[in-house]
Amino acid sequence: MTGADLLLLALGAVAVGSGVLVVTTKHLVRAGLYLVVCLGALAGDYLVLGAELVAWVQVLIYVGAVVVLLLFAVMLTRAPIGASDDLDRPGWPAALIGGGAGLGLTVLLVDAYRWSTVAVPDAGTAERLGEQIFRSWVLPFEVLSVLLLSALVGAVVLSRPDIGRRPGPPADGGAARDRVDVDSGGSR
Amino acid sequence: MRPVIPYVTAALLFGLGVYGVLRRRNAVLVLMAVELMLNAINLILVTADTTVRAVLPHSGQVFALFVIVLAAAEIGVGLAIVLQLYRLRASVAVDEVPLTEPTDPPSAAGAPEPAAAGGNQEAGR
Repeated sequence: MTGADLLLLALGAVAVGSGVLVVTTKHLVRAGLYLVVCLGALAGDYLVLGAELVAWVQVLIYVGAVVVLLLFAVMLTRAPIGASDDLDRPGWPAALIGGGAGLGLTVLLVDAYRWSTVAVPDAGTAERLGEQIFRSWVLPFEVLSVLLLSALVGAVVLSRPDIGRRPGPPADGGAARDRVDVDSGGSR
Repeated sequence: MRPVIPYVTAALLFGLGVYGVLRRRNAVLVLMAVELMLNAINLILVTADTTVRAVLPHSGQVFALFVIVLAAAEIGVGLAIVLQLYRLRASVAVDEVPLTEPTDPPSAAGAPEPAAAGGNQEAGR
């Protein structure tokens, strides 16, 4: 056991523990905050594993943007402050399938790697990763930019109630549109 | 460094994500569980970058970056869908979403009713 192993163990325990709290807590907002702890511990794991750029991108995008978006969604859907009892479904199948997936993968990976050691490779700095991305992986990179654009347009189209509405009876459509406008104004 | 430790962490996180997706009723919590699964995949990729000697160096980390971008796109579209669902039904419970489309327009006729129900719910809380 070296220092890196101990760090990986501690950060992994933090990540798994806060992950358990994310899927079991009764408070919606706390689930988002436990998700921050889990993602932060994973960023620490990436740093120990020598993936510097991935760790900082994780902090920037996940902890900075994705969790904030999730908390916005929690607020916009008028989540109650405090514990709510209707968050869960009866969960024997979920426990069975989730536990089966987790423990099955654990057995598979432990059997594959045992207690072997590897040397930590040279750190994945922005310079080295950028060289790889823009030399060997430039086509997937460009495809991803197109995907981000289409996701942006898709989110806008989904959020606007007046795009893609089926032509119906005019009075009906007008009533529905009024209703949506009033409702969206109320939810802001 | 022993790669089995991050691998086991990732496997357990993936199992937790599967459990959360199947267990939770609130759509926002389902999205959080999906984030847990995506992060487990990222941890697998970054760890595999240290154990697998590939032809191209650091390909695992490049893939982890790609998965992070995919997750950002997924969360944007997913939250747009969730907010639209809330606007239509005043509820984000995933097991109350009707899988069959109503034939006649009771959705338009009964449309003010979910908002009223939401108001009642709000008042009840």
